[in-house]
Amino acid sequence: MIRKTIIKENAYFDSVTLMLISSRVTGMSGVQNAAVMMGTDQNKELMLDSGLITEEDIQKITPNHMVIGILADNEHTVEEVLQGINDELTKKNTLKSDGEKRVKTQEEAVKAQPGSNFTIISIPGRFAKREVLKAIENNIHVLLFSDNVSIEDEIELKEKALEKGLLMMGPDCGTAIINGVSLGFANVVRQGSIGIVAAAGTGLQEVSTIIDRRGEGVSQAIGTGGRDIKEAVGGKMMLAGIEALKEDANTKVILIVSKPAAPGVTEKIYESLKGTAKPKVMCILGGEAQQIKAKGFYFTETLEDAGTVAALLVKGKEPMMTYFSETKEAISSLIHKEIAKLKPEQKCLRGLYGGGTLTYETLLIIRDILGDAYSNTPLKKELLLPDIKHSLGHTILDMGDDYFTNGRPHPMIDTRLRTERIKEEASKSETAVILLDCVIGYGAHEDPAASLAKTINEVKEKNSKEGRQIVFVASICGTEKDPQIRSEQERKLREAGVIVMDSNAQAARMAAIITERGKSLDELSWEVN
Amino acid sequence: MTGVGSIFNENLKVINIGIESFFDSMKDQSIPVVHVEWKPPAGGNEKLMDILEKLKK
Repeated sequence: MIRKTIIKENAYFDSVTLMLISSRVTGMSGVQNAAVMMGTDQNKELMLDSGLITEEDIQKITPNHMVIGILADNEHTVEEVLQGINDELTKKNTLKSDGEKRVKTQEEAVKAQPGSNFTIISIPGRFAKREVLKAIENNIHVLLFSDNVSIEDEIELKEKALEKGLLMMGPDCGTAIINGVSLGFANVVRQGSIGIVAAAGTGLQEVSTIIDRRGEGVSQAIGTGGRDIKEAVGGKMMLAGIEALKEDANTKVILIVSKPAAPGVTEKIYESLKGTAKPKVMCILGGEAQQIKAKGFYFTETLEDAGTVAALLVKGKEPMMTYFSETKEAISSLIHKEIAKLKPEQKCLRGLYGGGTLTYETLLIIRDILGDAYSNTPLKKELLLPDIKHSLGHTILDMGDDYFTNGRPHPMIDTRLRTERIKEEASKSETAVILLDCVIGYGAHEDPAASLAKTINEVKEKNSKEGRQIVFVASICGTEKDPQIRSEQERKLREAGVIVMDSNAQAARMAAIITERGKSLDELSWEVN
Repeated sequence: MTGVGSIFNENLKVINIGIESFFDSMKDQSIPVVHVEWKPPAGGNEKLMDILEKLKK
């Protein structure tokens, strides 16, 4: 085994670019591990832990250095990896087209583009506050994508922004749609009259794409960051968002998507919503239905129902919930066909997710069918997976969680974390069903279905040699207008034998019912009002 | 429109600070955008950064 370390001065690339390159070269044959990173303290630690650099190197490296570390079988492979990295970095530089405005600081950006009114900030969290403050000073609305910003800073930044009537969405806000523009990880959805405020990133993506697919559109979709609804932050951005949607003439229906808020915040949200005659749909995942309905709001248990109900209300129709889009006969026959493939010892459901809110929704849905499931983001403390590397019973993993993404690209932009885990779960005798999400849209992987399908085909071939079959169930969060094209993604997954359902809620149900061998099929009611 | 909804009446003009793919998605949507090729200030030395910020004021 050969180790090669190269330290380059004055070269800076953003972490996503570098992580994607690292992921690509690590997949090359003969490479045990490889990474290219900026020399921050955290990255140095990661590289030291994985044997890519030495204690001696650490002393030389500063955050202004770009560090390449390679562990490979031989010199030739090392050269290939270096060439691969250089090619990717050169490609990145030459892709810059003429007429693009690139500057070094926000101050220069403000001068280069007079009238700038919105900024997306996605730099390491500890540097983010300075940039947000500068933006607020310049009357610029903010989407703060960065995480690792303290709650104290969040409160301060939101207060300062609101004093000036500015949005400060985040920290850790992944998505928003403002004036029809998809910001961060967001899908291409038609413009319309449903206004959304969400403290749930992929939750917002799922409801907005469902709305689009039901033939309606979004007026504005405001993300708040998940911590906004905690007592300390007090729902500052949630409440400001609701007020804005109440006043907005283009918004006819208001949709709120979040986990249950702190009690004090919930009351404030109710109070604020009461002050408008516009219909209100509350998708509070794990929330108290009766309490919400008693306030005169529409309550939905799933993201799909939230999108559907909001769309029906715009059309002036009665709200209706969906259990499965297809007929009971069609679903039942599909389920029994899949059950027939399973051996008695295949009893467990394994969910491998890129989206955090989608993970949470799945945990809630399968609880009613399968009972408890382990997770790294469980519904109850006692269901926290003791060792995140090893699934236990039914396990649903949010692979976008910090544990997985420390120094590695988020599963929504690089499928490698998930494809590795798919292989592992598929090799276990207890696995019956593997459940996946496939989130597309701006910011996401250019072709996630192709990458997932390739792994699924490999796994199927291997398992069939051992006389075993595993059921794959998935849903796609996206629209036809997304760069990856929903129907194309669906086709690729289906060709790999994946059961592709209409929504995450339906995929979770389907996966759970197959796992429990269809026992709850007869109890299902197909139309729920 | 008062409050944060003031942006609803304006055309977005975006400054992207950080991840380059968000710059690309603005260009794809034909939104005016400037990309800040952000680097940690003062070579990432936070003490030095604080001093520089104070000097600017």
